[in-house]
Order: sequence, then structure tokens, then C-alpha cells
Amino acid sequence: MRGEGAERQGLKTVMTAKTLYDKLWDAHVVRAEPEGTTLLYIDRHLVHEVTSPQAFEGLRLADRKPWRVSANLAVADHNVPTTDRSHGIADPVSRIQVETLDQNCTEFGITEFHMDDPRQGIVHIVGPEQGATLPGMTVVCGDSHTSTHGAFGALAFGIGTSEVEHALATQCLIQKKTKSLLIRVEGQLGAGVTAKDIVLAIIGVIGTSGGNGYTIEFAGQAIRALSMEGRMTVCNMAIEAGARAGLVAVDQTTIDYIKGRPYAPTAALWEQAVAAWRDLKSDADAKFDRSVDLDAATIQPQVTWGTSPEMVAAVDARVPDPDAETDPVKREGMRRALEYMALTPGMAITDIRPDKVFIGSCTNARIEDLRAAAAVARGRKIADNIKIAMVVPGSGLVKRQAEQEGLDKIFIAAGFEWREPGCSMCLAMNADRLEPGERCASTSNRNFEGRQGQGGRTHLVSPAMAAAAAIAGHFVDVRNF
Amino acid sequence: MQAFTLLDGLVAPLDRANVDTDAIIPKQFLKSIKRSGFGPNLFDEWRYLDHGEPGEDCSNRPLNPDFVLNQSRYKGAEILLARDNFGCGSSREHAPWALLDYGFRAIIAPSYADIFFNNCFKNGILPIVLEAASVARLFQEAYESEGYRLSIDLAAQIVATPAGEVFGFDVDGFRKHCLLNGLDDIGLSLQHSAEIHAYEERRRQRSPWLFQ
Repeated sequence: MRGEGAERQGLKTVMTAKTLYDKLWDAHVVRAEPEGTTLLYIDRHLVHEVTSPQAFEGLRLADRKPWRVSANLAVADHNVPTTDRSHGIADPVSRIQVETLDQNCTEFGITEFHMDDPRQGIVHIVGPEQGATLPGMTVVCGDSHTSTHGAFGALAFGIGTSEVEHALATQCLIQKKTKSLLIRVEGQLGAGVTAKDIVLAIIGVIGTSGGNGYTIEFAGQAIRALSMEGRMTVCNMAIEAGARAGLVAVDQTTIDYIKGRPYAPTAALWEQAVAAWRDLKSDADAKFDRSVDLDAATIQPQVTWGTSPEMVAAVDARVPDPDAETDPVKREGMRRALEYMALTPGMAITDIRPDKVFIGSCTNARIEDLRAAAAVARGRKIADNIKIAMVVPGSGLVKRQAEQEGLDKIFIAAGFEWREPGCSMCLAMNADRLEPGERCASTSNRNFEGRQGQGGRTHLVSPAMAAAAAIAGHFVDVRNF
Repeated sequence: MQAFTLLDGLVAPLDRANVDTDAIIPKQFLKSIKRSGFGPNLFDEWRYLDHGEPGEDCSNRPLNPDFVLNQSRYKGAEILLARDNFGCGSSREHAPWALLDYGFRAIIAPSYADIFFNNCFKNGILPIVLEAASVARLFQEAYESEGYRLSIDLAAQIVATPAGEVFGFDVDGFRKHCLLNGLDDIGLSLQHSAEIHAYEERRRQRSPWLFQ
């Protein structure tokens, strides 16, 4: 990495200070036009069933082949059932989409983890878990939450289907560099406050378009203190702040996580890789286009009250009053959101009573998330008003690990359903969904109208907060629980 | 891809900020393995009073009379006027496919979500950024005058109102070139195959663990 960056500096003897984003960008430039349009090399392409069929069809129509087959890894996640899979997928349209992925991967020779493979799961959980996501890589996928992989000091971003086809055919994308935004979270998080609360609080401050045109680097003591699972949660939602990508610098936590994973390098290559990865951080005097500072100690457990992730409040706050908003477009947006959510201004967040609870998604379905939820659920029962509380592990391997730790038994004893891995009710493409008017405490990433089912009402929270809401029957401050 | 040069089109005002891709095309329609046919389900949950499913004939479904695109004065609109952060959310290219299939060739808004913005250019849709105050004026004019049209000239990078007022806009040079000529990106990139191979060889030498 260092070598490639230096090479692009040519004969300059004075190296300018670089951000992590600069280093990643510079190392992947195949060619650049004077006005900045760049052919950027892609190291890893993750593929799922929803955004790839038209791309493979495009390859076939143009008689093209994947440029580098081994750079691709595929898994079906959006459409798969989270209940018994022994009879396949009941919905014929979903089934055809998954079968189409199987056929395309077979035809083009791409490795795919099939639905009955224990490694199957949500693409953004599977990539890191397998070591298929490595520091210094460019990682793309036809899914906006590809920003997750930035937690490894990789430049990772979501693309549309045309770009999926482009990445398959050329191993490159046509890109322009974004501006850089440094978000520093210094200080220490309070007990019961998690990575999810950090990122929701950040979006509450900068807004859902606050990151438009930027790549965000998350830094500061509170970010460095996070596990890889926590860093993935933060980077996952960089897209909800509008950013192209989210990044966290590589440190020992990153390297320890990767070591020994199936796709990670071994022996001499491991040593060589680690030496290169240690440079994947912003130089001390690197310049960012913008920076935002948050004090971790002031962040409280967060709950969204509206239909955009920026409509978020601390659990001990009240639903805001649109009349207090001066911007007319925002005011109207708040009114619409409160009407859709059936909430009244001034109502305590802790008086909101969910009907369903969903613990899962690429944001919060890793082992640490399930441990946090199980710690709250242990020895308790879900409240009578909760129609269903489901736990959907992020992958078959997360599920297996959780079962080895006995987490499944804790959840089942408390009245939660223990499901098979997939995207599930984060976007409700499979059978898991909200009915019109139902309210959900969800560990997912989007509270848009209809996201979890037409007419459904979503409140985004951390896994511990979701479990606590399931037990209490209303939102509750997990710190006092 | 269909080229985009000049457009004189009827304007439909969609007066909401943060219109997300789940609203543009709900998830159940993403199960299609085709690129076409999404137009009848554009804004499905806002547009119809019932729940839509893929493959359903939409011609007899109950329309929501309050939704802007259902008003007869906006029938045949080709330019969508929108607010901040249009197209936020998922990377689904089904969103621009649905807009295009419905008949929209251009969008005018103060800002867009990054992936959606990019996806538009790959499908012959021109997303124009104008200042919020200018967009607010266009909303006002579109409401006040039935049959309100705008003309867009991509080569000159201008939007003109019926009264002759002209708004200039910025567009990336490469994207403009591709849109004006209806060019296929992949073909253009493959012209640089030798450079991609050379880069790949350098990368293999320096970071061999990526090529195991």
C-alpha cells in the first residue's frame, strides 16, 4: 500500500500528509483524467440476489465474462426465509431470484454460499467473518450498507446494478473522489450505551444529508475503544448520514479480528500484509475538508421517533413539536412523520409501546449484538403486548456461535423466536414483516415509511434497547433496567 | 442507454424532503429479475390505496386522489421537481428504472443521495441540482400555473422557464459526455484494458495476499 502511494507521488521528495481516504484512493487509481474522473480498481466484489440478475444478464447480452472471478463472493440474503428451510422458499418470485443467483454463479464460476451452507448469511456479515474483507481493499456490493466494511480500513461503498455489471466486467469503477469528513468521538461511553447509539447520535447531529459528498472517517477514543463489531455498526450507518463511505483506521483490534479467518492471508503473507496494514491511518497532520466533534460521555441510548434516521432522540427525551421548527420543509416533514408514526408532540419516548421487536440486520446481528440482547433478556419474559419478538442472527456461523454460548436458550425461554440468518424484517422482502399500523422496536438501519412492511412503524434502537423494550412492553432506558 | 440532449417537459412537483428509494419503489417489486416494467409501481404505497404485489395488473387498483402524480394536470410529466436529499436509502437501481419507465427523464432538486444520483446517469436520467431557493420558486410556479413546463438543455447546462427565466446548472464533464451521446460506460472502460492489466500486475507484486 505504502509503495503504491509513494509511486503516485512520483519524484516528489516531500510527502504531503494524507488522510486514510487519500491513501486508499491513491492506491487504487488505474488511470485518472485531469478533471478527476478516475478508473478505480476494485479488490473485492460481494454479490447478492436482488441487485445482480440484471447485471449478469448484461454480461451475457454483451458476451462478456467477469474480469477476475476470484474477486467475487456471492450469497443470497434478502429473500431467504428465516424459518424452516427444508422445503425451500415458498414465495415463487423470491425463489426465482435466489435460483437465478445460483445459476449465474454456476455459469460464471463465482463462489457462492448457498442457502443450506452454514456460512450463508447477510452479505455484510459474511464478508468480514470470512476474512474476505481485508484492510486496504476496495470493496463494493450492490447494496448501500457496503459502507460496513470501512470498519477494516477498506474503502467500501454501495453501487447500483449498472456498476455491479461494470465491476464484474472490468474489475474497476468510474469514480470521482469525495471530500473528507472527520468525525471524532472523544471520551468514554457510559455503561449501556453502544456503537448504535453513537451512530444514531451522529446522524441526529449532522442529519441524513450531512455526509452527502463526503467519505467519513470515524476517529477518537470512543471509536478506538469499540470492538470490530461495534465499528461495523458505526460504518454501516454512514450511508444513513448520506456519506459515500465510512472508515475506521486499522489498529491491533482490526488485525486481531482478521487473524485466522478463512480468506485471510497466512504465514509469510500474513506478516507482509500486517506490515502494510499498519500504515492504514490518517497522517497526524492530514487535512480534512470538514470535521465534527462529539463527546461520548454525553451520548445516551437513542430511539428514533420519525421516518428518517435523523429523527432521533435520547430515550429520556420527549417527541419533539413540529411547531418549534423554523424551517418550513422540515416542519412539514416532522408533521407527516408524526402522523405516520401516530405519535403526539411532547409524549415521553418511554411511553411508546411496540407491537413487535426485531433483533437482526447487517447493522446489529453479530455475536456481540446477540450477547448484549441476551444479557437483557436473561431470566425475563417478553411483555404481553409484544406479538412477536424475533432474533435473526447475521449468519449461520453467528447462529452456531450463539448456540454454543447458550444464547438461543436464553432468548427462547424469554419468549423470543430464534430464526435462521438473513436480512429478514430489516426490509421485509421475505415473509417477515409488519402489518399496517404495527409498531416495531428494531435494531436495523432505516425507519422509512413502509420499510418493514406497508404501514409499519419502525423505531431504531440498539440490541440491548430492543430487548429491554420487548421485556418492558415499552421503550425503557436500558441503563436502569 | 438513451441519450439526453434537450427536453421540454411537463413538471410534476413532489413536495417532500428525504424521499427514499423504499418510497420510490417498494421492496416487493425488487424481486423481479428484469430491468423494465417498474413504472406502474413507481411510488406504489403513496399512489394506490391498496397493497401492491409484483405481477399485479395496476389498471384497476384504487388510486390515492391526494397523491400528486394522480392529479390529471400532471399526467404525462417528464420532469420531477423534488426537495432535499431525493433518493436516499438503498442502492436499488430499480428506483431510476421505475422513474424512467413511468416517463421521467429529468429531476430537479436541491440535493440527492449519492448512489441514486450516480444510478440516474447510468440510465439516461438527468438529475439537476439547483439552489433550494430556485427550487422553491419552481415549486410555486408549478403549483400556480397548470400545464407548467420547463425546457432543459444539457449541452448548454440550462433550465428555462416559460417566462424565459434561465437557471444554469453544473454537471460533471464525463457524465455529461456519456449522457449526451448515450454511451455505455463498460465499453469505454474496456478501452483501457491494458492499463487495468498493468495495474493489476503491480498490485499483485505489492499485495500478493489479495490474489490468493
